[in-house]
Amino acid sequence: MGRKIILKHDGTPNLKDYEVYRKLGGYRAVEKALKIMSPADVMEQVKISGLRGRGGAGFPTALKWSFLAHPEGKPIYLLCNADESEPGTFKDRYLMQYNPHFLIDGMICSAYAIGAHTSYIYVRGEYKFIIRILEKAIQEAYANGWLGKNILGSGYDLDIYVHSGAGAYICGEETALIESLEGKKGHPRMKPPFPAIAGLYGCPTVVNNVESLAVVSWIIQNGGEEYAKIGVGRSTGTKLISASGNIKNPGVYEIELGLSVNEFLYSDEYCGGMQFQGRDLKAVVAGGSSVPVLPKNLILKTVAGEDRLMTYESLSEGGFETGTMLGSGGFIVYDEAQCMVRNTWNFSRFYHDESCGQCSPCREGTGWLEKVLYRLEHGEGNERDIDQLVAITKKIEGNTICPFGDAASWPVASAVRHFRHEFEYHVKYREKVKNRKHFETEPMRLFMSEFLKVEA
Amino acid sequence: METKQEYQITDKMMEQINTYIAKYPDGRKRSAILSILHLVQDTFGWLSVEAMDQVAAILDIEPIKVYEVATFYTMFNLKPVGKYKLEFCLTSCCGLRGADDMYEYTLKKLGIQTGETTSDGLFTVAATECLGACGYAPMLRLDDKYIEHLTPESIDELIDSLRKASE
Amino acid sequence: MKVTIDGHTIDVEPGTTILQAARKIGGDIVPPAMCYHSLIENTGGNCRVCMVKVAQGSERDPRPMPKLVPSCKTEVQDGMVVENISNPNVLEARKNVVELLLINHPLDCPVCDQAGECELQNLSFKHGVEMTFFEEDKRVFEMTSLGDKIKLHMNRCIVCFRCVKLVDQISPERQHGLLYRGDRAEISSYIQKAVDSEWSGNIIDVCPVGALTDKTFRFKSRVWFLKPMEAHRDCDTCSGNALVWMFGNEIYRVTMRNAPYGEHEELICNTCRFEKKNVSDWEIIGPREYPKFSVINQNNYVTPPKKVVINADKRLL
Repeated sequence: MGRKIILKHDGTPNLKDYEVYRKLGGYRAVEKALKIMSPADVMEQVKISGLRGRGGAGFPTALKWSFLAHPEGKPIYLLCNADESEPGTFKDRYLMQYNPHFLIDGMICSAYAIGAHTSYIYVRGEYKFIIRILEKAIQEAYANGWLGKNILGSGYDLDIYVHSGAGAYICGEETALIESLEGKKGHPRMKPPFPAIAGLYGCPTVVNNVESLAVVSWIIQNGGEEYAKIGVGRSTGTKLISASGNIKNPGVYEIELGLSVNEFLYSDEYCGGMQFQGRDLKAVVAGGSSVPVLPKNLILKTVAGEDRLMTYESLSEGGFETGTMLGSGGFIVYDEAQCMVRNTWNFSRFYHDESCGQCSPCREGTGWLEKVLYRLEHGEGNERDIDQLVAITKKIEGNTICPFGDAASWPVASAVRHFRHEFEYHVKYREKVKNRKHFETEPMRLFMSEFLKVEA
Repeated sequence: METKQEYQITDKMMEQINTYIAKYPDGRKRSAILSILHLVQDTFGWLSVEAMDQVAAILDIEPIKVYEVATFYTMFNLKPVGKYKLEFCLTSCCGLRGADDMYEYTLKKLGIQTGETTSDGLFTVAATECLGACGYAPMLRLDDKYIEHLTPESIDELIDSLRKASE
Repeated sequence: MKVTIDGHTIDVEPGTTILQAARKIGGDIVPPAMCYHSLIENTGGNCRVCMVKVAQGSERDPRPMPKLVPSCKTEVQDGMVVENISNPNVLEARKNVVELLLINHPLDCPVCDQAGECELQNLSFKHGVEMTFFEEDKRVFEMTSLGDKIKLHMNRCIVCFRCVKLVDQISPERQHGLLYRGDRAEISSYIQKAVDSEWSGNIIDVCPVGALTDKTFRFKSRVWFLKPMEAHRDCDTCSGNALVWMFGNEIYRVTMRNAPYGEHEELICNTCRFEKKNVSDWEIIGPREYPKFSVINQNNYVTPPKKVVINADKRLL
């Protein structure tokens, strides 16, 4: 049983109400921070904790804060990135839906540390029910003196507002989020300048993921060292994992970083194994749609034969050839009835739909990828298409303004790398794949064994 | 320009809009654009040019800047839609658990194609990308509600109850 | 500040971008640019054809930059070392971007008014690939207008943002913009409105492709049959310094005066551009110099024909 930080009180009835949260020890971190700690102390604790950004990139949170400029006469903004739109990721929603005060708690500590007096929570527009929950929680926090002017008599002021998005994955990129918050289209900005120098309204800005900000309250209350004790190496603490796909118990789980993938996948405490008996595991996308997909043999063990662990380092072991990334923790599981070509096409359609259109490689390339994959999946592909897909990803990768282009390329490149035989199957048996559920009636494994017999 | 009565932003809406604008620093009221467009859409069902022009006037920006924003974000309807817009998530994780089947089932049941509205003006069915409910798939979004773990039966039930509610 | 580009070192002012520094050096090492335009504020960074490798960040911090950077948006640091044509990866990336720019482009040059002075033509001739494996349907838009003088052919657009940013700069009210997103993004006024400004015609000239064309000139003549002449008239609105494009004694069209690298000298007003097409309106100064190897210049032989040697082996003139 791993330690729980974020989901410690998961299941407590009405946890989202202030009274309940406060009784369980909520807002003690704010008391501690504002009464006996200086902003530098708070930052120091976060630094000691080794907390890394939970939105996907895994950049050390305290280091990000330390880049902030402090120009005369300009306010500093703290933005909470709740534009969670990465396919496979729904952890922030869970956190905000069931424990909104935990986020506000952490945000007050974080804002205090960086010296921000205004903070916005950018929530994706589709989460309207979450916006209502957050707004109510913020109201309660104001009513009880945790927000507003002169909090706890410390002289520190903070206002938190909820800002609603309106349906754009790209607004999860921090500069696009800032543009969107300024009332413009979500076109990512060119960097430099980085938001820490000139972000929202040209002022120094920090953008952090929901989960990263929330756990700051725990770190303050229990100390950074305590947090750093959990986990392995540079992957400290716990992480929310959104598990979905063909598993018995989809949902949000909190794990101690360092748990083995095998245990996470098969233990009843977490995913509980595969959804259908008799259908074997085919592949796992370990960190949301943008990270490379890995087949069964590579996700459970590294090439060196070691157990794959749920840490930033272990998952990326082997680089892009045989590794993947922890990303945002969107753990998508595929059984052998699923078609990797169909899934890759599906992701490509998503990226084609969500590309902002600002720079040419991504605008044109994502559409090209989708069109080729659509043909392959619908029985109209040819041999050359497979190599062509890899070539297109190379044309996009690294040439775009923001990481979106890379995110659109990696799933395609990795699918071809690890599941080339499925792509070839689609070219060879065009009639068979016109049936959408082609691998449900005849899984690739069965087909391959038949195929090999015939060959022999 | 005379604004068509049916898309007139009322004083009551203005009150709400002013609370949105108050969230942002002085001179930054453009930031409230998304909230205002949501409000306008919730009130009128879609974003007409007349309504968007009024939003532009409220925010002191050129109308084109409102059109740019309204067309960029997928949640905004630029054409009238049915009273109930059922948006199905068809991205991978939902697809793994049968979202395509549920989607096709609904289209067939209502006798319409993707993006179309039923002739009684009640239902519009649309496909959308990931809505962040991957663990509770398949799912659909109806206004501000997520309806998860869909089955053909639950879809039947939902459509019947919505039909009844609108009678 | 000293910056070295492909082995050429030059001293530049702080705040100069790599592209500007390269243009100061000149020659083959200048990266191409489709979206950057020095007359228009904030342009650049979108087309990604000017990407270069920074092999050394600066004297103080000599680490190379991990990714290719857009030279039009990246300011030089003292001691920076930049690789453009000397780095095969840069050339490869550029080829790829040019290919991507072309996959949805209709390639209708034979019927396009921009042909001959099209920056995309020049770019693909110089930096492109000879063939592509793109065999899907191209995206298609309806042809529209931005008023009675400007034709908008969205299929040809490469979304460089020049026209949008130019109008932002010259007019208090912009009526057209980039709508929608991804490869469905289109330049439009949404409500079929005209771009209403005394300077709006300039968006035709700054458009690097044939997406915006002059309705008073459309299909009148191919540009290489015309002679660009420097001309001037006393105008209340603009400086009156323009180029008139003549065939015999007739003026076919009026544009801004060209500047190197597909840019322009200064804006002209709509009256000069669309309404003054009589020779008597203008004081004709003389022929305008165009780059030697441009299509516009193809009839203006500078060497007498007798000196031409046919090198049949190499199939070269």
